[in-house]
Amino acid sequence: MAEDILHEVTQTDYKYGFTTDIETDIIPVGLNEDVVRLISAKKKEPEWMLEYRLKAYRHWTTMKMPEWAHLKIPEIDYQSISYYAAPRKNAPKSLDEVDPELLNTFNKLGIPLEEQMALSGIAVDAVMDSVSVKTTFKETLAEKGIIFCSFSEAVEHHPDLIQKYMSSVVPVTDNFFAALNSAVFSDGSFVYIPKGVRCPMELSTYFRINAVNTGQFERTLIVADEDSYVSYLEGCTAPTRDENQLHAAIVEIVVHKNAEVKYSTVQNWYPGDKDGRGGVYNFVTKRGICKGENSKLSWTQVETGSAITWKYPSCILQGDNSSAEFYSVAVTNHHQQADTGTKMIHLGKNTRSHILSKGISAGLSNNSYRGLVRVNPKADNARNFSQCDSLLLGDKCGAHTFPYMEVNNETAIVEHEATTSKISEDQIFYCNQRGISTEDAVGLIVNGYAKEVLNKLPMEFAVEAQKLLQITLEGSVG
Amino acid sequence: MLEIKDIHANINGKEILKGLILKVNPGEIHAIMGPNGAGKSTLASVLTGNPAFEVTHGSISFHGKDMLELSPEQRANEGIFLSFQYPVEIPGVSMVNFMRTAINEQRKYRQLEPISATDFLRLMREKKELVEMDNKLTNRSVNEGFSGGEKKRNEIFQMAMLDPDLSILDETDSGLDIDALRIVANGVNKLKTDKNATIVITHYQRLLDYIVPDFVHVLYDGRIVKTGDKNLALELEEKGYDWIKKEVDGE
Repeated sequence: MAEDILHEVTQTDYKYGFTTDIETDIIPVGLNEDVVRLISAKKKEPEWMLEYRLKAYRHWTTMKMPEWAHLKIPEIDYQSISYYAAPRKNAPKSLDEVDPELLNTFNKLGIPLEEQMALSGIAVDAVMDSVSVKTTFKETLAEKGIIFCSFSEAVEHHPDLIQKYMSSVVPVTDNFFAALNSAVFSDGSFVYIPKGVRCPMELSTYFRINAVNTGQFERTLIVADEDSYVSYLEGCTAPTRDENQLHAAIVEIVVHKNAEVKYSTVQNWYPGDKDGRGGVYNFVTKRGICKGENSKLSWTQVETGSAITWKYPSCILQGDNSSAEFYSVAVTNHHQQADTGTKMIHLGKNTRSHILSKGISAGLSNNSYRGLVRVNPKADNARNFSQCDSLLLGDKCGAHTFPYMEVNNETAIVEHEATTSKISEDQIFYCNQRGISTEDAVGLIVNGYAKEVLNKLPMEFAVEAQKLLQITLEGSVG
Repeated sequence: MLEIKDIHANINGKEILKGLILKVNPGEIHAIMGPNGAGKSTLASVLTGNPAFEVTHGSISFHGKDMLELSPEQRANEGIFLSFQYPVEIPGVSMVNFMRTAINEQRKYRQLEPISATDFLRLMREKKELVEMDNKLTNRSVNEGFSGGEKKRNEIFQMAMLDPDLSILDETDSGLDIDALRIVANGVNKLKTDKNATIVITHYQRLLDYIVPDFVHVLYDGRIVKTGDKNLALELEEKGYDWIKKEVDGE
């Protein structure tokens, strides 16, 4: 395994930077009510969905982009973006009907859509630009009553569930990007795990932006009913482009009594080139609610991509005895900027949360952890432990920690630990003397540093994530 | 095997080695002794290519190759091993992962396939026994939380794993109690063949009771000023370095 990583590292730049030459149905740039109506019409949506979008759009026009993050965001012209792009051959019934070019793309990304997937036990929903292309294993999952489909299909076939849960965790008015997403979201994934069902395989979505000048606005909604369990994986890539691409997603998770959801992300959107040209703006709202007693939610994220990341996967601990975890590795190199962390809102009694954040900064990048732990007056015996570590490679990068605590119950115990370290020349030379090159030594040390988080990822993703860390930091030392 | 010719080396602009000459043949053990600040550790750093030091003059050839042209990792993969005086801790990197990476890098350099998992584990077990290394230590991160003695033993363990042609032991005896010293020395002796060579850098004669040198060199003011057999070490133990300093400075 180490060998593969080494091999890859010596050769790879951003290996996902290819574009795919497929016919795309793309609407003109710009955003107004007509565009919202057009998107809704293209998706043949019911009236309530259009109303929802319009309400979000109208609210969005009254909002301003948030400026509190430790980020330098160039002005974004929201009228120069196209809000809908879809591969033209739509809604395939089987793999044979899928555009071969598209299949090629997904093969290049290493997403095996074919039935060999059964071996790895992952069901995949692949979202290219704005449309969900194919969901594998729908039938296998259906036998257990599990719904795993594109968001559009869910709107069509499970309107009751969508209407009940959509925006129940992230209101359309929540923030600027959430409102924008709610107005123009194109597709995404929907998961429903019925009572007492343990999902037998990892569910997975791959997002990819392909078309030029498009934004990608997908929504994910996961509902785990009582006593159920699901592990969900999300991966993202985009082609190399000089201009910036906007990605503003929403993920909502509802965890009922005694249920457990694990959500893992490997985010590898195109980060821009060495001089900071191009790259994806990744402005994402992710939030889950531990609604019932003893429910459990765990976020694991490996963030290596994007020019700018603004993302705080959060959890509302409403049910008594519920627990939440946030494990994060965020790597920034060159001119990348990341402001990421979590919010843990303790409402119920005996709720527990654990935050482990590992930031790695190199080059000229800036990496910030921003986290809020709030204990409400009724959350007796709430417990939080936060650990935020920063690792610096070089002396031109920045690492920042912004922990906020609001504790309104005196039985709560909230702890915070933070460390900052640097890879020393002695460590590098020690590895060199054992025959290990500087590049590989950095990879080894960084992966060691991030191991606690990587260990939380499902196996296949852990390997991928390890490689990514090393590739992202290529050329950052020496 | 190793030929050092007239080496001059600086750190931060200060010249430490001032025309050092040394020749080492396969099967030989050379001890380098000398007072503090003579340049003993600098010699180890220069041989292994530590970038903190600048070589301004002279040459180092190993197996006929010009070492000054090679990077530290290339020199290591050519078969030069340094047992560090102060081994660093690398948190989060397990000994197993570290060793496997090192061995596979060496194998790649020599155009061999990566070692199989079974062979690797067998090798680990075998070499652990050789240096009487505790299983607990190899399950931990590299040197993390190791005692001084454990760190030194871990150096010899790595030396056993990598099987170098030339081993440089830099003050391996410092910080070791007598039992640990014996174990480390036994390990070194067991690894000795007529094809490899060892340079032992030490302050004290004590280690040389266990690792018996063929040559003893006295390093003083950046040069080797005296060479003898093992009896020279005993003489130094008895008389100190002052008489040598006088001999040299009085020239």
